[in-house]
Amino acid sequence: MRLFSIIQWHHFAYMVIGLALLGYGMSGTVVSIMQHALMRNFKAVYISSIVLFGITSVFAFLLAQQIPFNSEELLWDRQQLWFLAGLFVLLSIPFFFAATAICLAFMQFKKQTAKIYAADLVGASLGSAGIIVLLYWLFPQHALVTIGIVSVLSASAAVIELHVGKRKAAVTVIVLIAAGLLIVGQYVELNMSPYKSLQQIMRISGADIKHQRSGPMGLLTVVENKSVPFRHAPGLSLNAVDEPPPQMALFIDGDAMSVINQFSGSVTQLTFLDYMPSALPYHLDQPGSALIVGGGGGSSILQSIVHQVPDIDVLEMNSQVVELVDKVLGKYSGNLYSRERINTHVLEVRDYLGETNKNFDLIQLSLLDAFNSSSSGLHALNESYLYTIEAIQLYLQHLEPGGYLALTRWVNVPPRDSLKLMYTVVVAMQRLGIEDVSERLMFIRGWQTATLVVKNGRFTQAEILNAKKFCLQRSFDVAWLPGILESEVNRFNRLESASFYNAARHLLSKNSDDFLQQYKFDLRPASDDRPYFQHFFKWKTFRELFDLRNQGGMSLIEWGYLILVAMLFIALLLGVVLILLPLWFFYRIRHQTSMVRRSHVVFYFLAIGFAFLMIEIAFMQKFILFLHHPIYSVAVILAAFLLFAGVGSLASSRLVEKFGRKKLLVFCIAGIVFISLVYLGVLGELFSLFGGAVLTGRILLTVLLISPLAFLMGMPFPVAMASLGKHAESYIPWAWAINGCASVISASLATLLAISFGFNAVVLIALVLYLTTLKTYPDATSGA
Amino acid sequence: MRLIVLKIAIVLLLALLLLLPVAVANDDYAQQRQALISEIERNVALTRHYLDKSAFEKRVMDALAKVPRHEFVPEEVRESAYENRPLPIGHGQTISEPYIVALMTDLIETRPDFKVLEIGTGSAYQAAILAELVDRVYSIEIVRPLGEMAAQRLEKLGYKNIETRIADGYYGWKDSGPFDAILVTAAASHVPPPLIEQLKPGGKMVIPVGSRFMTQQLLFVEKAGDGTVSTRQVLPVRFVPLTGQH
Repeated sequence: MRLFSIIQWHHFAYMVIGLALLGYGMSGTVVSIMQHALMRNFKAVYISSIVLFGITSVFAFLLAQQIPFNSEELLWDRQQLWFLAGLFVLLSIPFFFAATAICLAFMQFKKQTAKIYAADLVGASLGSAGIIVLLYWLFPQHALVTIGIVSVLSASAAVIELHVGKRKAAVTVIVLIAAGLLIVGQYVELNMSPYKSLQQIMRISGADIKHQRSGPMGLLTVVENKSVPFRHAPGLSLNAVDEPPPQMALFIDGDAMSVINQFSGSVTQLTFLDYMPSALPYHLDQPGSALIVGGGGGSSILQSIVHQVPDIDVLEMNSQVVELVDKVLGKYSGNLYSRERINTHVLEVRDYLGETNKNFDLIQLSLLDAFNSSSSGLHALNESYLYTIEAIQLYLQHLEPGGYLALTRWVNVPPRDSLKLMYTVVVAMQRLGIEDVSERLMFIRGWQTATLVVKNGRFTQAEILNAKKFCLQRSFDVAWLPGILESEVNRFNRLESASFYNAARHLLSKNSDDFLQQYKFDLRPASDDRPYFQHFFKWKTFRELFDLRNQGGMSLIEWGYLILVAMLFIALLLGVVLILLPLWFFYRIRHQTSMVRRSHVVFYFLAIGFAFLMIEIAFMQKFILFLHHPIYSVAVILAAFLLFAGVGSLASSRLVEKFGRKKLLVFCIAGIVFISLVYLGVLGELFSLFGGAVLTGRILLTVLLISPLAFLMGMPFPVAMASLGKHAESYIPWAWAINGCASVISASLATLLAISFGFNAVVLIALVLYLTTLKTYPDATSGA
Repeated sequence: MRLIVLKIAIVLLLALLLLLPVAVANDDYAQQRQALISEIERNVALTRHYLDKSAFEKRVMDALAKVPRHEFVPEEVRESAYENRPLPIGHGQTISEPYIVALMTDLIETRPDFKVLEIGTGSAYQAAILAELVDRVYSIEIVRPLGEMAAQRLEKLGYKNIETRIADGYYGWKDSGPFDAILVTAAASHVPPPLIEQLKPGGKMVIPVGSRFMTQQLLFVEKAGDGTVSTRQVLPVRFVPLTGQH
């Protein structure tokens, strides 16, 4: 996933990997169709599958990056569909071999199903935590080769344990293959899409990569070009005359460009920073303290220095960025993060504000997209807890009386995200009991960026006059100021109509609901339960824009959401065609009589496949808030879920002996429903109670909370598998395939449901699914 | 004698047979080009409420009908040359969709005596369209291989009124300025002040904003007679963000 984030774009990486998991389902199909032949040669097939997983995980990726797929051309070029299909097929190959090995193990060692499932889950748990660590040490491509080599070598354990004849020879061959991979690994290079900004910049003569760092939050690349300066100043006024100072460009995963300005301590070359919309709050009053959220390359910090703020706190959650800017390029950047008057915290903003009692005269969040975690593939769904109602409330609560919250976003036309942000602020203020919202807001725009300033108090006439002067000198337009007249808006950067002002007026009025309904983009504020700030998609608008596709309509369609929908349908289609149809056909002919009802097997394994992933994904999202960092949440929740589900699976065989299968299942499901419902009720309280604890403490509490739930969720699968092993052995690969198929579909379905209804709804749906398993448990008594 | 005539006839016949596919292909391209023009005209008619006009200037459409777009794209995408879509031209660059090229050209309201500057030569298709409409075109490309290829192509096609240069477009082309119009097709984080300086009073500048393949909006910069600068954001699509009157 990390690799695809680098060579392509992250939303696409998510889709490819999600579909590649179909390999799991496909293996179930193949194994069930060829089970007799495969089982006759169990040892050879099992060991080869493990070795092939290692080899193909490297080579499938190498081949995949040779496919010239370009997602933007998908709209015009049918050939791209074939490229896409090629990617799916290639990427599913390693998963196919891995799953084949596991499935064969299930069939060969039926009595130890629980143990195998436990080993599978515990291994996956270690893997999900381990890859985070590995990515700190290695570049992603080398991490992949390492995984390949480890899996090939693990086959030697199988050779020894299965007492294969000619053991030495077999182990030697395995070691030689691993050595071969090691050699190939030296030459593996990432073939980045030519349309990514890093690739574009590197084509300009004089461009030179100065540094490169790998980490789970992304691949950082610093580029310098002494002959053609970058002059990166998004939002700069047309009236600015000074050129920016020399800059180095900073990329995450080859995109999301920001810059490190050369800074020697003198601010004379930084006057351009005063010609940005984001400089507005500095012209309203002189802040005594400022909190810069997302330090990044340092432009916002420099803006604060230019405006002589005496006390500056800076938050940057990526420690590698701080190290790069402050230490490695310290001489160039003027040791920006460790200067006098600057206090740097390597923390996420909600983490920091949750812990500190400090209040500020100014809290500044400016163009954070380049550095928020959504640029990391792990976080491909673009959820952001920076711009939710709850987040805005937290920022407002940390303002000194008369202090400002300044939020700067990119401008898009027709207006979307700056309006959504404004409405989120309005709702957040209303929920805090503030009534004179329109008197506390300023909203200005240039052609490229828009800045929203919220005051802890009413704006004074002097501040309003200062704002008007600031805009006039820089040719910025006012979209909202207390007491603004229609004749004062849409003057410099003219739009067809005064759409920003009109929208602002409606959003501040009593009939904002009607406006939201009529507006062609979804402007409903993001909340912690539905943290999709970037989601503006409306189906009725899609139909209109699609009809206008030849007149420039394509560019206004939000493809991220549609790709998610497409992925769900492709997963459904492929799941049915590649997994379920062959099995259905096969079993009709050869297994007409069985002790277990086929429909029960289908619905049971579908339900637990869907429900497990839905609960896992929902809690993964919910805990980002508590752990304050998606990387920790993904790693901790995934590892905890898999580990304790593994333990649960292991324990299930003993508990079955004690209670019997059906009774155990009833206990399990009751437990899952009870714990989940309790969590939905109390998690919010728990988070605010322990939000200030140290990270290790929060991680421990997370593991503690997840463990009983995961323990119980680990049981329904092996309990039913064991039942199949006893009553309908030939259904095992089928169950495996159905479960895999459901997991793939569930990943995108959970996100789609969360975007529309929120994560609580996803959990509730999962619980209903779990309850259905009580009816569909595949027992001998349910036989036809 | 008869033998010679026969030989000449055979040679001529062979030559004709060899040239026929080329002629047919060119004829085919001409037909495709005409179909494209009709399609753009239909699209403009549909967009008339938004663009405030029911057709692009006839001169612009004539230029589009004349310039062989297939000569400006790589061999492997040539068969799509007359589809109304952007095409990759190598080096991570694209040639814009003809509808956008027409819209941009129409926006600057060219006149035969105009001097136009283009930042980002790319395939040189836009420069060639402009060359049909104005007196002189100056075009700057920063990626060397692209700039060299474009210069060769323009020479081969016989364009005499286009000057190209491989340089950093930020500073414009001071020696030949000021210009009646400037097109900035290269990505820019802001409008370079030197370019505004090199725009004549009354001059117009157009900057497409978006990704390589999709133009989301056009930034239209106007310099008034008194030197003051204003901008306008133009959506290439007839799309009203609100239903009803707000």
